[in-house]
Amino acid sequence: MGGGQIVAGCLAPHPPHLVYAENPPQNEPGSEGGWEQLRWGYDRLRASLAEVEHDVVVILSPHWQTYVGTHVLGLPRFEGFSVDPVFPNLFRYTYDLNVDLDLAEGIHAEALAAGLDAHMMRNPDFRVDYGTITTAHLTDPNWSKPLVVISSNRSRTYYSVEVMQEMMAELGRATKKAIEASGKRAVVLASNSLSHRHFTTEPEVPEDMSHEHITSHAMHLWDMRMIDHMVNGRAKQLLDEMPEFTEQAIAETDGGALTWLLHALDLPEYKATLHGYGTVIGTGNAIVEWPAWRHKEGTA
Amino acid sequence: MSVVASFVVPVHPHPLLVPEANEGYGRLRAAFEEAAARIEASGADLLVVYSTTWPSIIGHQIQADPNPVWNLVDHDFHDLGTMHYDFDIDADFAHAWRDAAERRNLTARTVNYHGFPIDVGSVVSLSLLNPGNRIPAVIVSSNVYANRAETTVLAKSCLDAAKAAGKKVAVVAAMSLSNRMFTRRIEPEDDRIHSLKDDEWNRKILQFLGDGRLEDVGQLSRTIHHQIRVQKVVAFKPMWFLSAMNGHRNDLTGEVLAYEALHGAGGAVVHLDPTSNGQGDKEYDEEDVEVFGGDRNVLDTETDTPDAEPLSAPAQAPTGGPALWDPVEGEDAINTDTAPKPVGAYPHARRVGDMLYLSGVGPRQPGTNAIPGGPIHDAEGRPLDYDIKAQTQAVVNNVERVLKEAGGSLENVVDVTSFLVDMDRDFAGYNEVWAATLGKVGPTRTTLAIRSLPTPIAVEMKVVAHLPQ
Repeated sequence: MGGGQIVAGCLAPHPPHLVYAENPPQNEPGSEGGWEQLRWGYDRLRASLAEVEHDVVVILSPHWQTYVGTHVLGLPRFEGFSVDPVFPNLFRYTYDLNVDLDLAEGIHAEALAAGLDAHMMRNPDFRVDYGTITTAHLTDPNWSKPLVVISSNRSRTYYSVEVMQEMMAELGRATKKAIEASGKRAVVLASNSLSHRHFTTEPEVPEDMSHEHITSHAMHLWDMRMIDHMVNGRAKQLLDEMPEFTEQAIAETDGGALTWLLHALDLPEYKATLHGYGTVIGTGNAIVEWPAWRHKEGTA
Repeated sequence: MSVVASFVVPVHPHPLLVPEANEGYGRLRAAFEEAAARIEASGADLLVVYSTTWPSIIGHQIQADPNPVWNLVDHDFHDLGTMHYDFDIDADFAHAWRDAAERRNLTARTVNYHGFPIDVGSVVSLSLLNPGNRIPAVIVSSNVYANRAETTVLAKSCLDAAKAAGKKVAVVAAMSLSNRMFTRRIEPEDDRIHSLKDDEWNRKILQFLGDGRLEDVGQLSRTIHHQIRVQKVVAFKPMWFLSAMNGHRNDLTGEVLAYEALHGAGGAVVHLDPTSNGQGDKEYDEEDVEVFGGDRNVLDTETDTPDAEPLSAPAQAPTGGPALWDPVEGEDAINTDTAPKPVGAYPHARRVGDMLYLSGVGPRQPGTNAIPGGPIHDAEGRPLDYDIKAQTQAVVNNVERVLKEAGGSLENVVDVTSFLVDMDRDFAGYNEVWAATLGKVGPTRTTLAIRSLPTPIAVEMKVVAHLPQ
């Protein structure tokens, strides 16, 4: 087979607060809304992705944290109940997801071929992490496409941001190669926020937006700088600045998802679309789409 | 004494799921079983687990589901199998602990949700240390942002709740020593500590713990974290918690039951018995903290938290009492920075010929104003549990500091008048510390019950010493 391609790549962060605010039937807690700027951003992303024909969604989530290699969900179906261990008051979600097992094994094989340590996760009792579930829900609440779910190898914590970037560059290229070999059209999602310093208290009403803002001006400036690189096609510069950004903004890019995404997209020099930006309990979150299919057709 | 036994145990699933895969895993499993037997023999009626694999952000979370049941699969070691759990949690104690934490200014909440993902460290600990749910348990998270002060006060609030409920507590710190694993899969027979440097640090930590020097390890936590810890979200905090639960002691009776590699990380089972090892306590240099002054929302620019103190501010006892004064200077006055500041215009002591007359001495700590053993009430006057023996010992220490400034020691004390705010409650504990300290010197003594003292302390001493010039 061959001819597969990545049709879109997205930075699609996973604050469970957004699912909580939406009150979908899958989530137990109820809310009065909140975080509308980000939710409207996801509305725009969903509308954009609806125009893109695709067969599969590939997600790398910072909340499936693995220290011994990179892991890939390796059974055709996972169903269960996900409770956020940090915000259990907001996120208790019943999920039922299908895995594109062929592509999952293809990515696993390409990762091994690239010299990475990689493993298929085939324990049926495994509970899928809430980051994956949140990003999957926010991009497609009907769960209409099969997923490939990749863990976040914490090489940054073991070594450095630079080593993390090298490993995620390999994994991104391996992912791209496997997608192309599969003949499938894939949407690729990096499920991480940007600056990641939280407030340590929560309002009595969690969705009380009078309490919501970035934790510091420095965090805001870093987030805006990264977004500016994205929307002006400066992927290489963004990656060059990734070590400083990750350290100084305590950014969730430490999980490698954004580096992986940009390499899967072959370091795009075309402009990304910013669908939304907002804070969640102080952390900075951007919803960004690299419309690869438009770029390839010369319409971007 | 609320804490009847303390344990350090590893967090990896191998001793639970595959003890037969490696002799070291088997020895850890056997050590878990020995620890379980010791917990049962200790008479503990509550098991408190502080788990480093349960990170939290909104303060500390305390498990309050009376019967959490689930199947847990490790994120890395999913191929080892599934960990089924079915635990009995003391929900009433969890709520009491939360309330006690809030009284000490901490953010804390209980969690009681079906399907809440109990972490690997807690599941391994409770499964192996408390088979069949012999005694009820409670689990607390490790806050990502918590510093030593917050972790210490978390432990003290646990002790508050335990004392109020009359619980005998076995405490468990679920933690790795060095936590660097091999980043590629290894065969069980090839398992070893990741590096010689990690192994050497681990053995040094275990030497301290084996000697019962728990507070010393707590004081070294930041150094240990920098030396042998991968910088994960949760730093090396459990020793702060464990030491505070044991009164910051360095004279426990320690025993290392096992130390082995777990995919490269250092895993140990250690028993710390509160019985003094007879070696005498050792000094430590970080302040004690009773109430969390807080770094809460330190980055929050909102104006609705004006009372939040900066992180670097010394912890203050909730005195609600008088302002502190610099000691009055004079030709015969004896004053020292090593004693707490007076609450009025007077010196620490005054010399008249060969006699030294000390002003009333309480347990407040110089510099921080903290009260060892805890204040007797909060800023609003609500009663708090406190430790009279710790307060009395602190009084004696302060007396000794003033005498030392004058060139003397406790040996010079000839007469003491002691004041207790609650004779019925405190006389025995006060008397016990007296016997071990001034009682050995032999001054005359008068003990009076009084209604209150200027600060929220339970004991004060008026001391006269004979100190020839």
